[in-house]
Amino acid sequence: MKGIIGKKIGMTSVFGADGKQTACTIIEAGPCVVTQVKTAESDGYNALQLAFGDKKEKHSIKAEVNHFSKAGTAPKKFVKEFRDYSLDTKLGETITLEIFAEGDKVEVVGTTKGKGFQGVVKRHGFHGVGEQSHGQHDRQRAPGSIGGSSYPARVFKGMRMAGRMGGDRVKTKGLKIVKVFPEKNYILVSGSVPGHNGSIVLIQK
Amino acid sequence: MDAAVQFVHDQLTAKKEHPKFKAGDNVTVNYKIVEGGKERIQSFRGDVLKCQGNGATATFTVRKISDGVGVERVFPFFSPNIDSILLNKVGKVRRAKLYYLRERSGKSARIREKRVK
Repeated sequence: MKGIIGKKIGMTSVFGADGKQTACTIIEAGPCVVTQVKTAESDGYNALQLAFGDKKEKHSIKAEVNHFSKAGTAPKKFVKEFRDYSLDTKLGETITLEIFAEGDKVEVVGTTKGKGFQGVVKRHGFHGVGEQSHGQHDRQRAPGSIGGSSYPARVFKGMRMAGRMGGDRVKTKGLKIVKVFPEKNYILVSGSVPGHNGSIVLIQK
Repeated sequence: MDAAVQFVHDQLTAKKEHPKFKAGDNVTVNYKIVEGGKERIQSFRGDVLKCQGNGATATFTVRKISDGVGVERVFPFFSPNIDSILLNKVGKVRRAKLYYLRERSGKSARIREKRVK
């Protein structure tokens, strides 16, 4: 696996050679510093710890300052671990978006926008009552029955109901890298990615 | 617009020499069409109903009356399929979006021409 940490910036669109317009998301990807190399011998599994985004030393605790100084870098805001990294890297090395090329298929992981407390129609795609007439009144978006009465005399676990929606970790698969701007660390990914502008996303291949 | 988005837009949008126009102007859009493997140019002449969006995603809408039926077409400003745009008339209008033209027909659907020196 290859991956990098990035920040979602916004959306735009690109015209292909055939004149077709593709919606794209701009992501500021990297540069990331390798802050720890985990191996099967020492940690039980292989992983690479990457750090992204500068942070002031006065806002960091001592443990962070010392951890990052081992890799020879200033404290960073975001630290993420990537399992079984395919590139051979050492502690303190920088990973840029050059690990990706135009046309690569990638997956992007992010946290979706919080939607607050939502009903079953928006949250689970229920269809509501579906009719305005035939005795229906005030319950167009109601969930309907949630189970039997005297048997089982309880509501089954996991019954889909209204509640908090959004703010989940979501992986979008099969996105294509449309363009790479190495001088600004911008990467253009086809389609949309989870989260609001400015949120942290992981780009993996 | 965000500076980063602006940068990407500047990189994406090839500088094209099109005349400046706005809602109310009469334009001819020469649009490339691929038909059976062959490319030809089709022209669409009408009044600009609106220009919307910014950067690489901006579009404009052209409306014309074809055989008594109103036809509207949306063109992206930076579409590579736009061969050229000709500015025929500059209109004198008081709105940026001329949606009121949709309800009108005949004489009342005309746009006054602005005399440009």
